[in-house]
Amino acid sequence: MNPILLETILVCVGFLLLLAEAFAGGVRKSVFGYGAMVGVFGVFVLTFWIDAAAMNSEAAYSVYYSADDLAVFFKRFVLLATFCVLLMAVEFAPVLQKYLPSSAGGAGLGEFYCLPLFACAGMMWLVSATDFIMIFVSLELVTVSFYVMVAYMRKNALSLEAGVKYLILGALSTGVLVYGIAWIFGILGTTNLVGISQAVAVLPPEKSVGVLFGLGLVLISLGFKVAAVPFQFWVPDVYQGAPTPVTAYLSVASKAVGFVVLMRVMDAFFVAPYYGDRLLSTVAFLAGMTMLLGNLAAIPQTNFKRLLAYSSVAHAGYLLMALASVASGGAGYAIAFYLVVYLIMTMLAFAVTIVVSKSLGGDNISDFNGLSKRNPWLALAMAIGVLSLAGLPFTAGFFGKFFVFVSALDAGLYWLVGIGAFSVACGFYYYLKVLRAMYWLPLSIGESENTRCSISLPLGALLVVLVVLTLALGVFPSPVFALMP
Amino acid sequence: MSPLLSLIIIPLLSAVTCFLVPSRARFTAMLGTSLNFLLCVGLVVGYRPAGDGEFSFLMQWPVLPGLGIHFLLGVDGFSLVMLLLSGVVSLCAVWASPDPGKSPGLYFGNILLISAGVMGAFTSLDVFFFYAFHELALIPTFLLIGIWGSGDRQAVAWKATIYLAFGSFVLLLGLIGLFLAMPGDTPTFDMRQWIAVGRLGEINPPAWVYFALLFGFGTLVSLFPFHTWAPAAYASAPSPASMLHAGVLKKFGLYGLLRLVVPIFPGAMIEWANLLLVLIACNILYVGYVTMAQKRLDWMIGYSSVMHMGYLFLGFAGGIYNTLSLTGAGMLIFGHGLSVAALFALAGQLRAKTGTLEFSELGGLGRVMPMAGLLFGFATMASIGLPGFANFAGEVMVFFGAFAGGGEEFLNAFQVVTVAAVWGVVISAVYGLRAYRWVFFGEMPERWAGLKDCAPGALMPVVLLIVFSMIVGFYPQLLISLLTPSLLVP
Repeated sequence: MNPILLETILVCVGFLLLLAEAFAGGVRKSVFGYGAMVGVFGVFVLTFWIDAAAMNSEAAYSVYYSADDLAVFFKRFVLLATFCVLLMAVEFAPVLQKYLPSSAGGAGLGEFYCLPLFACAGMMWLVSATDFIMIFVSLELVTVSFYVMVAYMRKNALSLEAGVKYLILGALSTGVLVYGIAWIFGILGTTNLVGISQAVAVLPPEKSVGVLFGLGLVLISLGFKVAAVPFQFWVPDVYQGAPTPVTAYLSVASKAVGFVVLMRVMDAFFVAPYYGDRLLSTVAFLAGMTMLLGNLAAIPQTNFKRLLAYSSVAHAGYLLMALASVASGGAGYAIAFYLVVYLIMTMLAFAVTIVVSKSLGGDNISDFNGLSKRNPWLALAMAIGVLSLAGLPFTAGFFGKFFVFVSALDAGLYWLVGIGAFSVACGFYYYLKVLRAMYWLPLSIGESENTRCSISLPLGALLVVLVVLTLALGVFPSPVFALMP
Repeated sequence: MSPLLSLIIIPLLSAVTCFLVPSRARFTAMLGTSLNFLLCVGLVVGYRPAGDGEFSFLMQWPVLPGLGIHFLLGVDGFSLVMLLLSGVVSLCAVWASPDPGKSPGLYFGNILLISAGVMGAFTSLDVFFFYAFHELALIPTFLLIGIWGSGDRQAVAWKATIYLAFGSFVLLLGLIGLFLAMPGDTPTFDMRQWIAVGRLGEINPPAWVYFALLFGFGTLVSLFPFHTWAPAAYASAPSPASMLHAGVLKKFGLYGLLRLVVPIFPGAMIEWANLLLVLIACNILYVGYVTMAQKRLDWMIGYSSVMHMGYLFLGFAGGIYNTLSLTGAGMLIFGHGLSVAALFALAGQLRAKTGTLEFSELGGLGRVMPMAGLLFGFATMASIGLPGFANFAGEVMVFFGAFAGGGEEFLNAFQVVTVAAVWGVVISAVYGLRAYRWVFFGEMPERWAGLKDCAPGALMPVVLLIVFSMIVGFYPQLLISLLTPSLLVP
């Protein structure tokens, strides 16, 4: 089957659900959530039947769209992330409902389940994009969907603030991206990545500076997407204010896709050492700053979502470190594996947060106090999640860090590895703060142990799957490698 | 299936059972550790050396063949000695544990996880898992100190955990550096191949790898000046955690140094010998005097265990020249593990009875607790290194080996530091005997008159530890025949 059908089907499912939601008044809104999940899962299954050879190589789209192994791998990645997010969104509905203008009968909830489908389709196009125009258009689809989702809790000031911040800074970064593309197009005469790599190979040196400037602008815009320092200013506020499932979505899928685009763009310019060397040293510099700032800034946080925001910046740093060592080979695997692991453990942490904030009404670290007494299983799941984020052996996170550091040492980036070691130690500090809250500290004053944090069946199943995956990949990571590009 | 796998699985399963059935946690933990102890003894008795540098009871599962990572288990004489130590101390730690009070399932489960971690580390022949199993103990220690510790337990738990996490991460980087420096095209984490390549001199890793390993392993063993986490953590932790940590887990670092660093880095060890010797001298003399100044029993034992690491490092440093000092270090690991575990077990009992370990508040307890006093005397003598205990055999071999190590030149650095180390024995005697006197002799404050001696059940583990120490002390050949073939000088 032709790969381009995947996104088409997904978008159709999204439109159908929107229409059905508008006309089917009496249906419970969670039905649409489950409908969207079925659609996403169906498309995920279909990815195993696609055949890149079915694409018409004469057709115009074949220059924009590639269905290589990298693209297919990350299409599946994005679909799985969307599935988890939808499941969490259904679970999160009562909290969301509180902050919607009309709280009667779940009004306004239906669209919340459809928007992730459009964002998902955008991201699936993005990982296939081999042309700057295509990159730009699908990126816009993704970010516009996110603008709406981030600001969805319209009666919550934090969510609105997050939406405005994300909108303004996102628009700015889009502007920078277009400007950069314009420079590259102006000098090289093409926006296609294959064409670009042919053109830069023969470009006379006096024209290279302009391309470099354009490339720098593109790098800034992508740095904004993956939350690299110094383009991370939007991250803490947006992560804290957005509805928790959206935060998880931003933190996992949006970041992963940003890295895929970054890899593709860098790949196009590597043919010319003039760009390759500069790109690598710039990325290494960004990686160092991102690891340091992300980890140091996470230490004093008291809100768990904010802490995860800085931790997501920190993880972007480790990923950038792997990206900076692509010259040594193997780093592509390290990045892909790290992103898979990051998906699992971040979803785990956010899923537990949803349960806690649903039953206790908050997502500060102090809301986790004494969780081991309220619900030992939930506390255990969270403990495994944060320890994996910290990179403890026998969790998936350890293998992720292990591969990243192996490739960085292989590439001889010793100073960066030094910063990385310091960052990992900081990481242990702030992740263990959650462990301390759950196991050491007593319940907050005025709360009884009887406020159980009960878990619904679907979310419980998701938690079990994520915990098992975290532990299984921590001992036996080769299945992921079998799927990798 | 290799019996070594059950050494890891039994404590893991017992830990899970403890979490699930907290009311029977103590029984489960006793059962699991007893089984493991018997298995360790059986392995030592049934072990027939397969030849120099060969390992027995091998088993292997591929984990990530592309990177050369396998789940590879196997033991030789040296690892068997470590396993025996782990088995004895794990059993005694559970046996001697005071009642935890709250959440017994979590408490004993964490102790068993530490035990599983050390068993895994000492049976793994794959460097990746060797490292990973050691890390398994990090979080249980954090929880044990933070929940059941005494004194300023939370700050202490933070400090120790961050320190150890950083130290072991640097260690990991060093191991990766070594991995990347391996000759040949097929990547491997097989410890046997690393050692073989090192012995043949086919590997020339960059200097930073040596320092990363020395810092990493050194931090875990509390080498001066990276030792400050240790005394506070041991003083604060509940006694089974201190017993396992100071007695066994900490020795992981030395095991790694003797096993990997000696064969692979002969050049760097000779080149930087003087730096290491200075640190060792500080470890013995400076920390020794600090130990003398302690006013609490738990802090004193904690510092003394840091100080005694100096002897072990001396054995490691001299190991580049002769097997005698390496064998001595192996022997001393065993002896020190037993004696420090016995001391921490007794200190834990004392704390449970009196609620304080301040020297100024104790005294004359020998009159009300004669058995505990007697055993404390034995454990102190063992710790000082009196003949008849395993510590003595180890220390003597280390001193002889290290003294001869530096060559013919009169009063070379090795000889000077060995003399300092012998003076360290005197320091040990001073603080050990003074503590004994302050706690068990002299005037007894009124309020202790009603104390009862420890129950036999609480003293049996200490007896077991001391008996093992004395068996080896009187007949060291038992261990020497196990240790020497695996610790040949390159």
